[in-house]
Amino acid sequence: MVVYLDLLSQPCRAVYILLTCTKIPHKVHAVALRKGEHRTPEFTNMNLMQKVPVLVDSGFILTESDAILKYLATQYDVPEHWYPRQPQQRARVDEYTAWHHTNTRAHAAKVFILEVLLPRHMGSAVDKVALNNALSNLKNTLDKLETMFLRRQPFLCGDDITVADLLAICELMQPLGAGRDILKDHPQLQRWRSRVQSAVGKSFDEAHHQLILQPPVSQWCWASKVTVDYLYGLGSTH
Amino acid sequence: MAAGRPVQVYLDLLSQPCRAVYILLTCTKIPHKVHAVALRKGEHRTPEFTNMNLMQKVPVLVDSGFILTESDAILKYLATQYDVPEHWYPRQPQQRARVDEYTAWHHTNTRAHAAKVFILEVALNNALSNLKNTLDKLETMFLRRQPFLCGDDITVADLLAICELMQPLGAGRDILKDHPQLQRWRSRVQSAVGKSFDEAHAVLYLNIIHPPTLKNQLGSNPVGNL
Repeated sequence: MVVYLDLLSQPCRAVYILLTCTKIPHKVHAVALRKGEHRTPEFTNMNLMQKVPVLVDSGFILTESDAILKYLATQYDVPEHWYPRQPQQRARVDEYTAWHHTNTRAHAAKVFILEVLLPRHMGSAVDKVALNNALSNLKNTLDKLETMFLRRQPFLCGDDITVADLLAICELMQPLGAGRDILKDHPQLQRWRSRVQSAVGKSFDEAHHQLILQPPVSQWCWASKVTVDYLYGLGSTH
Repeated sequence: MAAGRPVQVYLDLLSQPCRAVYILLTCTKIPHKVHAVALRKGEHRTPEFTNMNLMQKVPVLVDSGFILTESDAILKYLATQYDVPEHWYPRQPQQRARVDEYTAWHHTNTRAHAAKVFILEVALNNALSNLKNTLDKLETMFLRRQPFLCGDDITVADLLAICELMQPLGAGRDILKDHPQLQRWRSRVQSAVGKSFDEAHAVLYLNIIHPPTLKNQLGSNPVGNL
């Protein structure tokens, strides 16, 4: 089973962490988005969407980190807590992963896009007004994570870590790529982050190694249509 | 499978995800009770509703005390928990993964873009309605028995007004189409200023032939500028 990943991408890191900490046999093909490697004819042949992550399991090609994580947890011999079989516990994970797209992912990614990707791509200064709006939206999301999902439970969907926690933590780590710790004023989320780190062990640091090492600024110049769409599509008008 | 109390759902059929849940429930005949929630009346913001769902959104499912939000999760839960034909949410892992793949992609693609068109159309209809009121007032108050807005001759007022009323042409819309009195005033203004009028509007006219995307014109925050 092969996965195509760029560890600078949040959903890719979530998939990487699940694979490595559950020791599912796999091979990683690194794809460097910043070098446009997702737009090559070979890659496009395999995945018309030109996105990562992609999983290829004996010819079965699957995109969307959501679906990939759930498929891995179902198809391979991993501890059941990652994606519980009991319908109501499973529904809780599905509930978070649905909410994730237009909340955690949208708002955390936007901060990173505004602070790093767009200025580097456009060669312009950071749009402070837009960044403040994005930080404000992100704060709302962080508050909801604390008051709704982490209310009286150690992980987002219950007493044990699930794929939902992987998706969330990778998004919330991304702004660190610009040196910004968005959990700085959220001790409850910091405690959750520590629990996630403990639960996954060294996979966490391995996954985030590249992000934290702060690649040279020039390496961030890849703002693809996808990231520009994020600014103009998902979050810019409500 | 669950027996006993029918599943309760809180829905507004004006909401797209609510309709998807409604259709699954009714065509698979899962025993259920629908509680109608009118978003347009703010019924999702009442203390009772908020007590049940802090997110203040629909749809919500309540299954003997188990409260679930997100249509994605609700549809999959219903298909799993109740006796429905398997094709709705196949059990075979690769077939199921295909459904999960689409439902993930859906949020930031189909839902984002179709919903946005609806929201903007509603907003546009409101704006057009407000504009019509303004055009009526221009005709009945300012152009009442006089050829220009402020009297018998063109003034700077006519320049300000005409340039605004020309702008929607840049998006292909002639807002004076059904206002012959204003069209006649527009002609008078054009005659009074001569070729300056077309020179000034050259760029706008170009937009009609080769419309660029609005964001290129308005910068990084299109709606914010309006």
